[in-house]
Amino acid sequence: MYQVGNLVKELSEKHGRKRDSLMPILQGIVERHNYLTDEAMVEVAKELDISAAEVYGTASFYTFLDTSVRGKYVIRVCKTITCSMKGKADILQTIEDVLKIKVGETTSDKMFSLIETNCIGWCHKAPAILINEIPYTELTVEKVVEIIKDYMHK
Amino acid sequence: MESNKGLTKVDLIFEKVDAREALTKAFKMTNDEIIQQILESGLKGRGGAGFPTGLKWKYTAAEKEPVKYIVCNADEGEPGTFKDREILDRVAYKVYGGMAIAGKAINAKEGIVYLRGEYRFLLPKLMKELETFHKMIGEIGFDFRIKYCLGSGAYICGEESALFESIQGERGEPRNKPPYPTTSGVYGKPTSINNVETLVTAMMIIQHGAKRYTQLGTKDSRGSKVFSVSGDTPTPGIFELELGMSVQNFVTEFGDGDTKAVQVGGASGFCVPRKKFNETIIGFEGVPTGGSMKLFNSSRSMYNVLHNYLDFFAEESCGQCTPCRVGCQQLLKGVEKVKKGEAKSTYLNELTKLADTMKIASKCGLGQSVGNAFKSIVENFREEIIY
Repeated sequence: MYQVGNLVKELSEKHGRKRDSLMPILQGIVERHNYLTDEAMVEVAKELDISAAEVYGTASFYTFLDTSVRGKYVIRVCKTITCSMKGKADILQTIEDVLKIKVGETTSDKMFSLIETNCIGWCHKAPAILINEIPYTELTVEKVVEIIKDYMHK
Repeated sequence: MESNKGLTKVDLIFEKVDAREALTKAFKMTNDEIIQQILESGLKGRGGAGFPTGLKWKYTAAEKEPVKYIVCNADEGEPGTFKDREILDRVAYKVYGGMAIAGKAINAKEGIVYLRGEYRFLLPKLMKELETFHKMIGEIGFDFRIKYCLGSGAYICGEESALFESIQGERGEPRNKPPYPTTSGVYGKPTSINNVETLVTAMMIIQHGAKRYTQLGTKDSRGSKVFSVSGDTPTPGIFELELGMSVQNFVTEFGDGDTKAVQVGGASGFCVPRKKFNETIIGFEGVPTGGSMKLFNSSRSMYNVLHNYLDFFAEESCGQCTPCRVGCQQLLKGVEKVKKGEAKSTYLNELTKLADTMKIASKCGLGQSVGNAFKSIVENFREEIIY
């Protein structure tokens, strides 16, 4: 749970209070707090003077606007064909082992979430993952362990 | 059909140009002169659909509305495509330049780049370059401003009308057409929406002249194209090639010696099997592509390839229209059943009919093109789907 009122106000000041301000506001909340709580969406609805259903309807359409609990670092493993051909299964298994969670889950300390995603545009450097917005490419099992460990110590 | 032209590397998109000089030249041209150059060049949209760019600009220019928009489609989501990221990363000033030229041609003062959320890491750099660009065009005399909108992980937003909805803060659900974007695009205003690469190409055409551009390519596919090459190849990456080569030319250059199929145009494109490499031209006269070229060698199961694509579409279908929402899921379940032996192999014929129905009845390009990969894989690799 996070306090969101001030952030929503701050983002509305920056992006405006029109309908087309909705996406950047929701993206701003996710950037700061990793996901959208019901409270956050209600707060946005009030600020933009639209119904909360409109906010949820929009948010739930977009996979990067998560409406369920996400950790500080969201790991998205590309599962589309080239990554899948070039060792995605091993990468995923390794991350699961290191973090001791399964795909779709979040670590109990709320530091990491692990999900699969569709093509992220790094097929020539497969397999690839995103950690928040940062891409990591040409991964090997060793490399991904190192990357995750670095994040653990951040 | 013209005979294939072999494989020739070209350096147009990433070529360094003096942007100030190029834009000063464009600024002195009339709207009609710009549009005429683009029409003469034969340039077709580089996002995959291939609509003639000059016509798009001409139609939008003809609209009387005072407010119009240039939208740059940088929602590159087609599996196997990564050229637009590279173009933005290396020559963003040329993308902006293309937008400013397009803006002048259609009389629009605002440009919007819709960048996919997956490329958000590029944004700080792109914004910095945009600032420099704004300053430069201001000095030349352009009355044109560009802003960014970010996507949030939805393949469908690459469809132009879904992209407009997303810019407007709505669910990215495609609209009914007509009206087309040239009359009613983003915010209901006349809009020319062009792919990243199209805009850069347009700037280069203005720079070098349409004549030089038409010397490249074939009658139906003018010019060159940036290809995103991946899969079973010793040299994956981005290559700008002249259009008009055969798949065989391509495989000779990029294959690993054991290529059994090439998926041209991504998940929504066509699978070309080895026996058709020679006769298939890459371009609008053969297999069109937004640039995605995936090579598969004989160690790959084409069932896995097809399953991966169908899984992709089942997730990315926006769910608005029934043929696509249900069709994607049923195709996926259907091939799984056939593979497991729970349905007879003839069930694939039923699924093919379903894919045909989706092509006719789906509202947008997503549902309409699911059948491309499905049919070309099932037709050419039927035994791999069944056994």
